[in-house]
Amino acid sequence: MPTFVYMTRCDGCGQCVDICPSDIMHIDKSLRRAYNIEPNMCWECYSCVKACPHHAIDVRGYADFAPLGHSVRVHRDEEKGVIAWHIKFRNGKKDLQLLAPITTKPWGTAIPKLADAAAPGKDMIDSQLLFNEPKYVRMDNGGLNTLQSNGLSLKEGVYY
Amino acid sequence: MGYKTIVEDNIDILVAGAGLGGTGAAFEARYWGKDKKIVIAEKANIDRSGAVAQGLYAINCYMGTRFGENKPEDHVRYARIDLMGMVREDLAFDMARHVDSAVHQFEEWGLPIMRNEKTGAYLREGRWQIMIHGESYKPIVAEAAKKSADKVYNRVCVTHLLMDESKENRVAGAVGFNVRTGNYHVFKAKTVICGAGGASNIFKPRSVGEGAGRVWYAPWSSGSAYGLMIGAGAKMTQMENRIVLARFKDGYGPVGAYFLHLKTYTQNAYGEEYESKWFPELQKMVGKEYLDPEASHRTHRPIPTCLRNHAIIQEVNAGRGPIHMVTMEAFQDPHLEEIGWHNFLGMTVGQAVLWAATDVDPKYENPELTTSEPYVMGSHATGCGAWVSGPEDISPPEYFWGYNRMTTVEGLFGCGDAAGGTPHAFSSGSFTEGRLAAKAACKYIDDGKAEGIRVSDEQIQRRKEEIYKPLETYTVYKNEVVAGTVNPNFINPRQGLDRLQKLMDEYCGGFGVNYMTNDKLLNIGLKKMAILGEDLENVAASDIHELLRAWELKHRFLTSEAVFHHTLFRKETRWPGYYYRGDAMNLDDKNWHVLTVSRRDPKTGEYTMEKAPLYHLVGDLEDKDLAKLKAEGHH
Ligand SMILES: Cc1cc2nc3c(=O)[nH]c(=O)nc-3n(C[C@H](O)[C@H](O)[C@H](O)COP(=O)(O)OP(=O)(O)OC[C@H]3O[C@@H](n4cnc5c(N)ncnc54)[C@H](O)[C@@H]3O)c2cc1C
Ligand code: SF4
Ligand code: SF4
Repeated sequence: MPTFVYMTRCDGCGQCVDICPSDIMHIDKSLRRAYNIEPNMCWECYSCVKACPHHAIDVRGYADFAPLGHSVRVHRDEEKGVIAWHIKFRNGKKDLQLLAPITTKPWGTAIPKLADAAAPGKDMIDSQLLFNEPKYVRMDNGGLNTLQSNGLSLKEGVYY
Repeated sequence: MGYKTIVEDNIDILVAGAGLGGTGAAFEARYWGKDKKIVIAEKANIDRSGAVAQGLYAINCYMGTRFGENKPEDHVRYARIDLMGMVREDLAFDMARHVDSAVHQFEEWGLPIMRNEKTGAYLREGRWQIMIHGESYKPIVAEAAKKSADKVYNRVCVTHLLMDESKENRVAGAVGFNVRTGNYHVFKAKTVICGAGGASNIFKPRSVGEGAGRVWYAPWSSGSAYGLMIGAGAKMTQMENRIVLARFKDGYGPVGAYFLHLKTYTQNAYGEEYESKWFPELQKMVGKEYLDPEASHRTHRPIPTCLRNHAIIQEVNAGRGPIHMVTMEAFQDPHLEEIGWHNFLGMTVGQAVLWAATDVDPKYENPELTTSEPYVMGSHATGCGAWVSGPEDISPPEYFWGYNRMTTVEGLFGCGDAAGGTPHAFSSGSFTEGRLAAKAACKYIDDGKAEGIRVSDEQIQRRKEEIYKPLETYTVYKNEVVAGTVNPNFINPRQGLDRLQKLMDEYCGGFGVNYMTNDKLLNIGLKKMAILGEDLENVAASDIHELLRAWELKHRFLTSEAVFHHTLFRKETRWPGYYYRGDAMNLDDKNWHVLTVSRRDPKTGEYTMEKAPLYHLVGDLEDKDLAKLKAEGHH
């Protein structure tokens, strides 16, 4: 459902422009506020909605099949690691609030910097292993699965 | 034009497009290439780019070997039957034996993966899928890529690969333009890992008008992985194998969790089970090897996705549509109801918006399903993409030429949707393929294979002129008419896209013709495509944003042309429910138990098609239940 921007809430900060995967949130030059320049290329992915610090962006269902009068709002909080949704039906009969975690670790802290990891030895380079393997690839903590280890071969033709 | 040329030199590994595959590649490359220069060129912002921009609620490819759940060969067998036999089993096995380590890493990085409290294993949605709170899946993998890469160029649309001028058929980097500044970017690189994703919007979508962006795969999936590689002369495989999806009507909300976890099921408009009645007829078309409902009922063997689509299409044509998803039972359980909603919010928010707008409460009303327009991609229940080398320890000679996931162009690698013959990789498998490609690319460089690359200024200048030509065309001709978008000298990108989509729909088996085509239609279509190709030389862009759309269109065009040639070549109906060849309505294992491989000559634009042999895993991998059925004489 394409996005639109509330005139009084937008301060033209450009966060939405920076994030939109479709490159369709642009700043209007005279109003110095953001708007959706190409609604028919909007995936209603909500990336811009989540990124807007002022909740200035909302979504109105595609005119060709979605009636007016509904609302799906979101607040994403990286510090708390949660996202909160609020869904309201057109007829007012349903009003849902849903909460989901977005990460289990303080943002960005748990990802290794591979430049600092121990360099792979020659045997590792010559093997089929990837970084951090064979950890987790087998129940018995053995090496990587191969055709040989699993008693398999590849054969041309029709075999099922 | 006052655009600057910005040259990034001495790159070892250029990642072109950093979605799930590209972020995996950039991350892993640092481990094998401590001192290597790793650069990302991405047309959007890697924090929210690609098919996973809005998140995912499931990881659809996870073996669980650590928990004793599945072995790689189980997954190969599953993918094989789902794709009616047409899988590169070496690549599939390779991906499956590594994918778990990627998923466990995601969890360590903070991706919330749900656990089965009883077993301690991940919570399964189905045999291959695990459930996650994946709203931030993309920002998390992007963070990993950023930690490894030397530089990330966001908002650079890659338009062409650069080719080495000292050695034929060797890649030398890529060029593109910055979608914001308009600047010309030149990346001189020893290797390129192409992760530029699959193609939406090449067939006419069911959505119209303002809603045209409502497609299943993201509207920014511009087929660039294919456009770039085809343009460089890389061989492609299985490009006829487009996918059609049965999804919630209009919103295209995912159905996986509904079927597998919430245990919802489908029925026709009159409340009847419809699927099984189409199977006897269908079995005559495809053979019992591919459709054996009883075997599927009693074992893990799935009914292929395309064949289930076929039943929907036939039932609707018979006048008993629409098909409904029966949610009213499951949704009485408040916990399941909540999951049903979360599932949309985590990956297809628009479906939640649509139900809110149309007052569809699945607790009291069974929502409609429909079959989508076709998509061309290589990581879902379909395997379009480049013909790439497999790993040394698995691949037979026809599938192996030196470096894992390297295309037939030296130094050019593919992952995710870009790599062909590897369906059912999904997000985790695409990331894994990126890692595999990165390790191989480092080895390629260390083996000295990228020595002596030469790129002339002439090549760089020629590409520059080509890239900006749509802006030029606009400037030259716009004042010939008073105003408006109608001009006798050019078409704009939207007009070109509309033409492409109509052509693909009508001649190549889109939803508008019930997915039907034949040799005559395909030949007419190809003729029209050739003329569209000429017109695309005169596509005009009024600004940089439109220039982006122009290049997306050109990539979509190259992708579509390959789809036409492949569809014409495979003279059989291999995947009823994805598309039908009216002049060859049966599956034909005698002549077509092969993979299709194409190459477009970059100089002439001529296509050559060939058949490649299909290898299957054999050995001690039989599904025990299936073996028993066979012993009872079922096969
Ligand atoms: C609605 C939906 C639901 C899905 N559900 C699931 C699921 O539940 N579980 C699961 O595991 N998988 C799921 N998938 C599949 C998964 O998203 C894909 O398999 C995966 O993202 C493919 O990875 P990729 O790297 O090939 O492409 P993408 O992730 O799409 O990445 C392509 C990248 O290339 C960039 N790019 C494109 N063109 C250019 C260019 N010209 N220049 C520079 N950069 C470019 C794009 O911006 C993007 O960043 C789903 C997909 C969709 C759309
Ligand atoms: S992010 Fe919000 S406030 Fe900033 S420009 Fe966009 S709409 Fe306006
Ligand atoms: S919802 Fe997504 S596609 Fe639409 S404007 Fe926002 S970021 Fe762009």
